[in-house]
Amino acid sequence: MQMALGKTRRVEQPVSPMEPSKSRKSRNLGLRRSWRSPSSTPLESFATFLVWSCSLVSVATTIGIIVFLTREAVEFFQQISIWEFITGTQWSPLWEPKHFGILPLLSGTLVVGVGACLIAVPIGALSALFLSEYTAGSWRVGMKSLLEVLAGVPSVVYGFFAVTFITPQLRTFIPDLEVFNALSAAIVVGIMIIPTIASVSQDAFQAVPRELREAAYGLGARKYQVACTVVFPSALSGFIASVILGFSRAIGETMAVSLAAGATPNMSWNPVHSIQTMTAYIVQVSLGDISAGTIEYSSLFAVGLTLFAMTLGANVVANFIVQKFQGSRV
Amino acid sequence: MSSFHHQKTSLFERFKAESLRLAGVFSLLFAFICLFMLLYQVGVQGWQYLSWQFLNGFPSRFPAQAGIKSAIYGTIWLMGFTALFSIPVGIMTGIYLEEYASQKSWVTKLIRVNIANLAGIPSIVYGLLGLAFFVRQIHLGRSILAGALTMSLLILPIVILTTIEALKAVQVSIRLAAYGVGATRRQVILYHLLPEAFPGIVTGIILGLSRAIGESAPLLLIGALSFVAFVPEGPLDGFTVLAIQIFDWVMRPQPAFHSLAAATIIVLLAFTLGMNSLAIWLRIKMNRGKQ
Repeated sequence: MQMALGKTRRVEQPVSPMEPSKSRKSRNLGLRRSWRSPSSTPLESFATFLVWSCSLVSVATTIGIIVFLTREAVEFFQQISIWEFITGTQWSPLWEPKHFGILPLLSGTLVVGVGACLIAVPIGALSALFLSEYTAGSWRVGMKSLLEVLAGVPSVVYGFFAVTFITPQLRTFIPDLEVFNALSAAIVVGIMIIPTIASVSQDAFQAVPRELREAAYGLGARKYQVACTVVFPSALSGFIASVILGFSRAIGETMAVSLAAGATPNMSWNPVHSIQTMTAYIVQVSLGDISAGTIEYSSLFAVGLTLFAMTLGANVVANFIVQKFQGSRV
Repeated sequence: MSSFHHQKTSLFERFKAESLRLAGVFSLLFAFICLFMLLYQVGVQGWQYLSWQFLNGFPSRFPAQAGIKSAIYGTIWLMGFTALFSIPVGIMTGIYLEEYASQKSWVTKLIRVNIANLAGIPSIVYGLLGLAFFVRQIHLGRSILAGALTMSLLILPIVILTTIEALKAVQVSIRLAAYGVGATRRQVILYHLLPEAFPGIVTGIILGLSRAIGESAPLLLIGALSFVAFVPEGPLDGFTVLAIQIFDWVMRPQPAFHSLAAATIIVLLAFTLGMNSLAIWLRIKMNRGKQ
């Protein structure tokens, strides 16, 4: 379709039967205007220019993020060596003695991210398999819409839910749970990313060709056998992409995590302790009044750059898998 | 066939056959119960605090006198400007990518990949960009304008992607007929494609704005304050929004403030869930129209 249009447009381009230089007469006859294609009037060119310049905004956003994050991070790394940043096991930028080792923030982020995936991956995948194999019609549409409502709840509301409901409930049977803890944050982030995982994997499961399913049924397979041995394996790449996307959303999650997990950067892998994620550190600093030019201010951007690189990497991989997967299907 | 099967299968086989269905049902139920518990918790804690005085009062150190007037006004101001920036830019980018750009050129492909990846970047990274560029570099300060520009960048991918989907869904015959009678590209888009794609584009705008209403991380970085005892009067004023007010109150240890947060959440959810349901309803209606 697009190609066909492109071709017609090329034909419309000013095709002058005579070279203007050879016949000056054509200009005097006033024919020149009618030879011009309507797509090259000033109004048309302006419209083209307008939509083209708008599309640059998204490119400028990416460039802006990279440039500004890097610029401030460079200032940070002039005072703190990259080696200390990557391998340091203490993070205490707001009090003396200052330490800038990102490992505690990384471990906090990973505890929450992996914990959330442990909850959301089985639930999301089973929901997706159920929706794509066992439901149809208005039931499927209805349940998908309810999942989307879950995705539409703002992050800060999940934070409220974690603080006022999940943590008190957990404390009734885990007595030594701290008020702020990684477990509660991981659970609430897990709930948040269920819709992401479910909807991306469901798309993948539903894209499995009907012939494959019917061949399996024809061999006498039962529904659960078709789902487990045909649909799931052939949609594996889409499922993996959904997990990566969910994980990248989990590590970028901010408000719920900083409310539920607290602000204690430590290397503890025990989820009953309070930890601090990269996003929660950024929130903690921005709550205080930090002036530009200080080491705290530029540390925001160093942490932000790390987070950006991690999520961008995860997203590029996931999108690549989805693209490849769609390409091989169609 | 099935009757033949059932006679032979053992109880264990039958359990195995049903266990996947059961697991699926329980997984979905878990998600829905979480949603229900969340709404229930918010409703029980916040309902009694909802009053005219609460909606029309300014924040206070005393829970009994606190209100969210400045947050409501701030949210409306912020959303207005966000819509002003993101809707035209988003729709026009979608039009460019779908109708103007040559689909095979590597630049177009790069822009498309770029937008898909922008959609996955954490909101707080946009906040860092807003802090470094809008607040510091072009000196907008901690204003509504800086917040709205940051929010616009955040929801732009949503608006662009749904515009592209909506344009793709327009029937080929309409396009061909319009070009066939000699319409220019601009005329085809303006008079034929956009009206046809309108419901889809509106869905995208609603989804984007409802995300922006609930988003608060970038605004914390921009410097939206949590204690604002005035109603903003212009785009360069300081501001607070509902989501930040909630965050501030949940952080405090006193339970009374948690109830205030719950009451504010009811107001916020009325906005976001209302808008989301509208978008979902529009989409279901559109799909039915196509069949």
